[in-house]
Amino acid sequence: MPKRWQKAIIVGASSGIGEALSRKLAQSGCSVAMVARRIDTLKHIAHELDSSSCPTPLCYEHDVHDLENITALFQQICHNLGGLDLFIYSAGVMPAVHPEKSDFALDKNIIDTNILGATAWLNEAADRFQTAQAGTLAGVSSVAADRGRRSMIAYAASKAYMDTYLEGMRNRLSRYNVKVATIKPGPVDTPLLDQLDKGRLPMLISADKAAEIILNGLHRGGEIYVPGKWKPVMKLIQCVPSPLFSRLNL
Amino acid sequence: MSANTRIPSPDQLEKVDSWGMQTSCISSVFRPSLPEQISDIFQTALAAQQNIALRGAGCSYGDASLNAENIILDFTRMNRILAWNPQTGEITVEPGVTLEQLWKYCIGDGWWPPVVSGTMRVTMGGAAGMNYHGKNNFKAGPVGDHILKFQLLLPTGELLHCSREENSDIFFAAIGGFGMLGCFTSITMQMKKIYSGMLEVYAFATNNFAHIIQEFEKRIPQADYLVGWIDCFAKGKELGRGQVHEAHYLQQGEDPFAMQTLRIEKQELPDSLFGILPKSIIWRLMKPIAHPVGIQLLNMLKYKASATLGNHKTIHQSHAAFAFLLDYVPNWKNAYLPGGLIQYQSFIPEQNAEECFKAQIELCQRRKMVPWLGVFKKHRKDDFLMSHAVNGYSLALDLRVTERNREALWQMAQDLNKIVLAYGGRFYFAKDSTLTSTDAEAFLGRDAIEKFESIKRRCDPHNLLQSNLSRRLFPLLNVVETVQPHVSETAL
Repeated sequence: MPKRWQKAIIVGASSGIGEALSRKLAQSGCSVAMVARRIDTLKHIAHELDSSSCPTPLCYEHDVHDLENITALFQQICHNLGGLDLFIYSAGVMPAVHPEKSDFALDKNIIDTNILGATAWLNEAADRFQTAQAGTLAGVSSVAADRGRRSMIAYAASKAYMDTYLEGMRNRLSRYNVKVATIKPGPVDTPLLDQLDKGRLPMLISADKAAEIILNGLHRGGEIYVPGKWKPVMKLIQCVPSPLFSRLNL
Repeated sequence: MSANTRIPSPDQLEKVDSWGMQTSCISSVFRPSLPEQISDIFQTALAAQQNIALRGAGCSYGDASLNAENIILDFTRMNRILAWNPQTGEITVEPGVTLEQLWKYCIGDGWWPPVVSGTMRVTMGGAAGMNYHGKNNFKAGPVGDHILKFQLLLPTGELLHCSREENSDIFFAAIGGFGMLGCFTSITMQMKKIYSGMLEVYAFATNNFAHIIQEFEKRIPQADYLVGWIDCFAKGKELGRGQVHEAHYLQQGEDPFAMQTLRIEKQELPDSLFGILPKSIIWRLMKPIAHPVGIQLLNMLKYKASATLGNHKTIHQSHAAFAFLLDYVPNWKNAYLPGGLIQYQSFIPEQNAEECFKAQIELCQRRKMVPWLGVFKKHRKDDFLMSHAVNGYSLALDLRVTERNREALWQMAQDLNKIVLAYGGRFYFAKDSTLTSTDAEAFLGRDAIEKFESIKRRCDPHNLLQSNLSRRLFPLLNVVETVQPHVSETAL
């Protein structure tokens, strides 16, 4: 890991990439605050890490739909950590949707978690880092954001929001010495993909591997494709003309 | 509780820098102007389970006046001079009065602060809290030796009068007690009578550490101020080469124009170089040479100049120009940006000084992190509990911090600590950035720390006064149930 982080908050730390990031950060000596709905899972992870020599992560129960409490919780966590130099928003949902039918209830859940929750948390962290003139802000987007595909329409759109939001933040915070990273994983073996046939997914990697790639690139900011070879693939897919793309079953 | 003492909302949180600019924190900063407001802030902090660090002008190089995610009490608005007696030279000031205010207030009456630091921006509260010293430490002792009495507002709300007679244990612990016991609300000190605004300054070059020590020893009986500059890039036989400035007060009658030279205008530092180049832009001109090779060249040129042009020259210089070297080029420390700097200052007993300083510089040279500036001074022991002084010498080394060298630099500082401790040396909290709690215990001794801890428990039972430095060096001092980070199990 090229940079040693001291104090980090991971929102969505109870499973998947968030969990793997929390573990790796804690193992590198970083004080991690893990935020998620499932407090028991968080405590279990903290307990496992406690037996090794790394600092015990702090656990916070929180549902990202609970927008009103985010400011107070964020302040409390910063106080308890004694500072902050890394914030990662890793909470996200990708429910199974019907390939030919819309379902507003499902889409709303995606928007609440992937867009509203992300905006509320990232805004807090961005303002703080701007004041501190230091820090690294990151959000987990997806390669899905790069093209509007016929399946998982709302999910891809929510991640496209994340991309543009973080790009804007990067432009705002660059003059305050704050790094902003957009994490764009391809398929990663996490509970998010349980509904899909993982055997058929291209370039599937483990959450552990994904966390390693992410932590290697975070200090530079910018877009981090996970793994890196997704970048040329997605650039190529973006070049496919719309009339042709609409006929493909991607 | 007055309205202006509530905990600020997040957008009122401020970034607070150390003077060396290599560390900073985010804190709620309060700027009281009256002692009553301090008591309110103590209560607010207690209720909000936050702790408080005291800060003057923020001239400590490291984290002594930082308090991450908690409250910082900034005293710069408590800056009134409360009483002045031009017959006796006794002055009473609030803690936020700066050294600049102090000397400008008194010089017209023929008085000068008995001990001054290299910058006049410091506050007297900070000066007392750190028990700072100057280029006359060997003769005049630290500033604490000239403080007659003070009032200390304890976090319990009690106002204590302290002097050598009254509450003397707290007197000797709070001076140099790095803001851990209470806030000074007034400080009374004795100024030094002067008969001229000028000093007689004699400068000459020295060849190495042995030579500079020999010259210091020879001159100590008659000198009023002695300070050495060290070129840390020199090696071999010239290791420790540099220049000495020796200064004397002028006696009554020696300066026929004393009435003029004692005026503030005669003391003010010039605002331009050669009459045309504004000094405010000089640090920008320094930027292109602010790398190891450029600085090595600069050190060499300075040495050559001091050994030829400036060797064995006597000049008359104003008190302010001689004393406040750090203010001579405004914002010079910006040349160290973006990483900032640390100063590594160690105080070594006389008999070990030469050997220890040689070992320090050699280590820096081997690790290729050579200090850009070295300053050499003579000291004497004092009676304060958490004292940094020894009968001996100190060497202050300015080291550049970069993102890349940071880890190696801290490692080097740990290794320097081992050398210093092996030679019986001590450290100074106003300068420190790199000590560990083990090092602090090693130089202060368990007894002194335990005594300080017991006074702390008496003055500050809830452990309200803390700082990043106190948590780093004295974890036991700050153990208390109310302000420890805890695992929150429920959402707020």
